[in-house]
Order: sequence, then structure tokens, then C-alpha cells
Amino acid sequence: MLIYFLRRLALTIPTFIALMFLTFVAIRLVPGDPVEVRVGEHGISPERLAFFRHELGLDLPVWRQFLAYGWKLLHGDFGVSLATQQKVLTEFLTLFPATLELSFFAMMFAILIGVPAGAIAAVKRGSIFDQALMTVSLFGYSMPIFWWGLLLIMFMSVTLGWTPVSGRIDLIQYYFDQPTGFMVIDAALSDQPGAVLDALRHLVLPAIVLGTVPLGVIARMTRSSMLEVLSEDYVRTARAKGLSPFRVIGVHALRNALLPVVTVIGLSVSGLMAGAVLTETIFSWPGVGKWLIESISRRDYPALQGGVLLVSAVVMLVNLIVDLLYGAINPRIRHGR
Amino acid sequence: MAADVALAPSAEETERVLAQPSPAAAFWSAFRENRGAVIGLVVVLAIVLIAVFANLIAPYSPIEQYRDAVRAPPVWQSGGTWRFVLGTDGDGHDMLSRLIFGARVSLFIGVAVMSVSFVVGVCLGLISASLGGIVDVVITRLMDLIMAVPSLVLAILVVAILGPSLANTIVAVTIVYLPRYVRLVRASALGELSKDYVTAARVAGVGPIRLMLSTVLPNCLAPLIVQAALGVSDAILEAAGLGFLGLGAQPPTPEWGSMLADSREFIRSDPWIVTLPGLAILITVVAINLTGDGLRDALDPKMRRS
Repeated sequence: MLIYFLRRLALTIPTFIALMFLTFVAIRLVPGDPVEVRVGEHGISPERLAFFRHELGLDLPVWRQFLAYGWKLLHGDFGVSLATQQKVLTEFLTLFPATLELSFFAMMFAILIGVPAGAIAAVKRGSIFDQALMTVSLFGYSMPIFWWGLLLIMFMSVTLGWTPVSGRIDLIQYYFDQPTGFMVIDAALSDQPGAVLDALRHLVLPAIVLGTVPLGVIARMTRSSMLEVLSEDYVRTARAKGLSPFRVIGVHALRNALLPVVTVIGLSVSGLMAGAVLTETIFSWPGVGKWLIESISRRDYPALQGGVLLVSAVVMLVNLIVDLLYGAINPRIRHGR
Repeated sequence: MAADVALAPSAEETERVLAQPSPAAAFWSAFRENRGAVIGLVVVLAIVLIAVFANLIAPYSPIEQYRDAVRAPPVWQSGGTWRFVLGTDGDGHDMLSRLIFGARVSLFIGVAVMSVSFVVGVCLGLISASLGGIVDVVITRLMDLIMAVPSLVLAILVVAILGPSLANTIVAVTIVYLPRYVRLVRASALGELSKDYVTAARVAGVGPIRLMLSTVLPNCLAPLIVQAALGVSDAILEAAGLGFLGLGAQPPTPEWGSMLADSREFIRSDPWIVTLPGLAILITVVAINLTGDGLRDALDPKMRRS
């Protein structure tokens, strides 16, 4: 297990260094000189320009600049946002809980509906339920989620008036400290009646929108993996032993069928982050995705650079953890190549 | 006498050989079984025809603004007229014409991304598999890197560098989807390389380039074709997402995603401006996915998703 862990880690580090290199190069390819962007449109004297260039380390050879960049990153210095003059890492850490909360509820939505529905569809293969679920799941993973979000706002918020249109909580009614950054938890800690409910009401549409594609994928994956498992010998044995159908399907089959599903869930973290960019933009959800888009329109390249790096690092970390967990669950993975 | 009879193929034998379907016919009969796939294919073909003959079908130019009929409702709503069957948008563009020309833009993006990433992916994958060593490591690491960055975030980064436009959308989405092809080709080529027929070809003196292209590649094609078909729909979705964020095709290009970009303000008053472009994206993507699933089932029974 330790060897597997080390080998997996050894694969991640070069990828991360390459990622650093990518963001390092990207920011240099962006049109516009960083010094001129910083000093604004008024011209400055060549001496001042040289001073700024020296201060930013731009007079050094490129490889030294890259090393300096890497050194700063290792010390948690991801640069300073041009728009807010705040540290990029600080901004990211303030906004990330919102994205995490949204992603968590989206995944809960996808898993809690997708796994049971997929399992039932496999057991009742060919039934109307099965066909309906497969159609729904096809539409689910084909969905342009930004449009799906607009549709839901149109029906749920505008026509029916059930859910709020944007944001995480009604700021006029509720105001409280946010020690954790997770609105639902903070609302619960705040002792303000109705705050939790209001936070959940804000959360429900974005979570459905972000969870739609994973729901389609998970339902389909559970179904096909369950179908495979149901034809295995040990399931037949369990049946022959006279175990109740519920026990056979719920315990013997589903537990084994879930292995590939867990992998799919792990792999969908990257897709969740991509979906969060769209979802947060539609619902004005103050998370990392919306921040990245705003950084582009504000030409805030340090924020964009640091943001891309941090988001990708999170995804890589999650994938690493999923791989390790999977290796722990399934010994065949860790001994194979 | 008896020997003569044995040498000539019997009538049944001849019939059996003749009746064996050609690969194309076998593929078609397997594909036809899947009702969803056939429906998908029909819809895809219809969209292709609409895209190709857009300038014959569309009643108006997609970029002409009718300032006298801004946000005209579609014909089935009160106040709608046959002049603009699906209504007009906030700038007075005819929705129907924009949707029709949008098919051209979206399919172009999808096919362009798919073709470039297919060709580049096949080249890199085959190089990686055949050369091995440091080249293999570099290519594999590079693909891991691209996969580590969430698709839309990477596309945003590329667009930030290159600037938003239709062409740059294609570049960005191609980079995002390249690893799938490279990995697929590399994995299946590695699998094929260890087989006897490849060794036989090598012993027979087939050169390395010919070995990869005409001996190994044809045997890796089935999963690649499926990936390519599904890749078109993914590319269309991704590009529409970029368009929606204002980072894709720029107005007045009739791109479905960018048609939705400013539609939020019309949610209350003029819902057709919001619903129609998204519906067009959804129908196209569903149809392509159905066809792709059918292709998968017909081409490779092993991959059949029961």
C-alpha cells in the first residue's frame, strides 16, 4: 500500500510542476505588459519602469523567474489580485467554501437519486421505469446546464415564486457571522429563525442544475454495473440460499456494483468545477467559478492565474485521494500496474 | 467422379458465402436494431441538412435587425405573426433564422474540434505507443496535465490568452478534448503491438510508420469512432458554454450558446428568447449522443451497455 501510495504521489508531482509551468507561461502569453497594466495608462519615466520591472523580477532570465514563481507558490504566495489588491490565496479561500457547499449538495442530489434509481432500473430491466430512467439520464447528461438553470429560474422562481433567483441567503433579512463559510452551517449556528431554511431555498436550484449531469452519468453507471453484478455467481448463490430479494440486491449486489460508481463520482469532481463556473454565473453564486469569470472580464490576470492553479490543484488532490481510496478498497488496482 | 463433386462448392455452400453480409451491412443491421439510435441518426441528418442549406431555408438574414419588431412574440402567442414565426430577439433578429444558421455554427465547431483532435490525437497516441521512453512519458504527462484542469477552466484560460472568438473557441475546446483521443489510441495501440500479427508484420519487414498506420491503427478504430461521435456533442456543449459566458463566438454570430448570453433579462417578459436556443442545443446533443451510443453498440459488442 505504501509503495502504491508513493508511486501515485510520484505521478502527481510532475503533473503539478507542469501545471505551475502552464500557468506561468499562460500569464506571459496574455496580451499586455504586466507593469504597464499596473501603472495604468499614464506613462511613467523609464527609470520608474525599470524599477517596477526589477521589483516584479521581470528583469531576470525566464528560468529564474519560473523558479522564483515556484518558490513563492511553495510559500503560499499566489500573487495579488489587481482588482481588489487582496492576496489571491485569501480570496480563493474566502470563496471556495461556497463552491464546495454547492458541489456537495449537487453531488448529494445526484447520488441519492441516481444510485437507487439506477439499481431499480437494473432489477426491473426493460420495464417502463427502466426505459424512462434511461431517457431521463440521456437528457440529463446532454443538458446545456446554463440553459437548464435559466429554465428552472423561469418556472420555479418567476412563475411559481417558490425559490429565490440568486445569491446564497436573503441578506436583507439575515445577517450573521460566517465562521465556516458554509452558509447552511453558519445559518444553523446563528440562532436566527428561518435562516437555515432560507439558505436551503437558495441552494436548491443551483444544486439541481449542477447535479443534473452527474445524475445522468451516475444513474446510467449504477444500472450497467448492477446488471453485470446481478449475473454473477455469488448473487445466484445468495438467492439460492433463500435470502430475501431485498438482502440479495441491497447488500450482496449493490455493494459490489458501487465500486465503479465510486470511481465515476471521484472523476466527476473535475466536471463539477467546470459546471460550477456556469452554475455560479447563472445564480450569482459567490464562489470560485464566478470569480474566475469576473477576473477575465476585469483582466485581473494574477487572480485568473492563481485561481486556475488552485482549482486544478484541488481537482488533482481529490483525484489522488480517490485513487488511494480505490486502491485501499480494491487490492487488484494497487498490485496491478 | 466423386473427387470432382467434392471440389466444386455445393449450391448451399455458395449461397452461404454469398449471404454472409459485408461489414457495412452487418454494421447497419446491428445499428438498425436500436430504435433510439435510428431516431438520433435521422435527427442528426436533418440538422446537417438544415445547416448545409441554411441560406435557402432561413427566411431572413441571421444578422439583420428589424427595429420595428424588437422582441416580437412567436406565432402561437397572442400578438405573434407569421412574419417572424419564432419571434424576434432583443435586437430584432429573426429567431428562426438565427437558430437555422446557429446549426451551421454549432455543427462546424463540433466537427472541427472532433477532426483536429482526432488527427492530432491519433498521431500523438501512435507516436507515444511506438516510441515509448522519454517521448511517451512527456506526451502522457502533458495529457495528464490537460486532464487535471477542469475542462471549462482550461478553455477559459486559453480564451483569456487568445481572446474570445469563434476560431479560438475551436482551439480551446480542441485542447480540452485532445487527451481523450491520445489516451485511447495509446492504450489500444499498446494492446495491439504485443499481438502476433504485428510481430509477423514486423518480421516481414514493414517499416515503423507503415506498421503503425496501416497495421495497428485500423484495429484501434472502433472505440475511436465512438469517441469521435460522442466528442462532437461534447464539443458543441462546451463551445455553447463558452458562448454563454461571452467567451465564445461574438455577436452578431448566430451561435446558440451566445444567443443565451444576454437572455437572462428576458426571462420574465419574453421567454421564447430563452427557451428556443437552449432547446436547439439540447435536441442536437441528445440526437448525437443517441447516434453515438448506437454506433458503440453496433461496432463493438463488448462495449455494449446492456
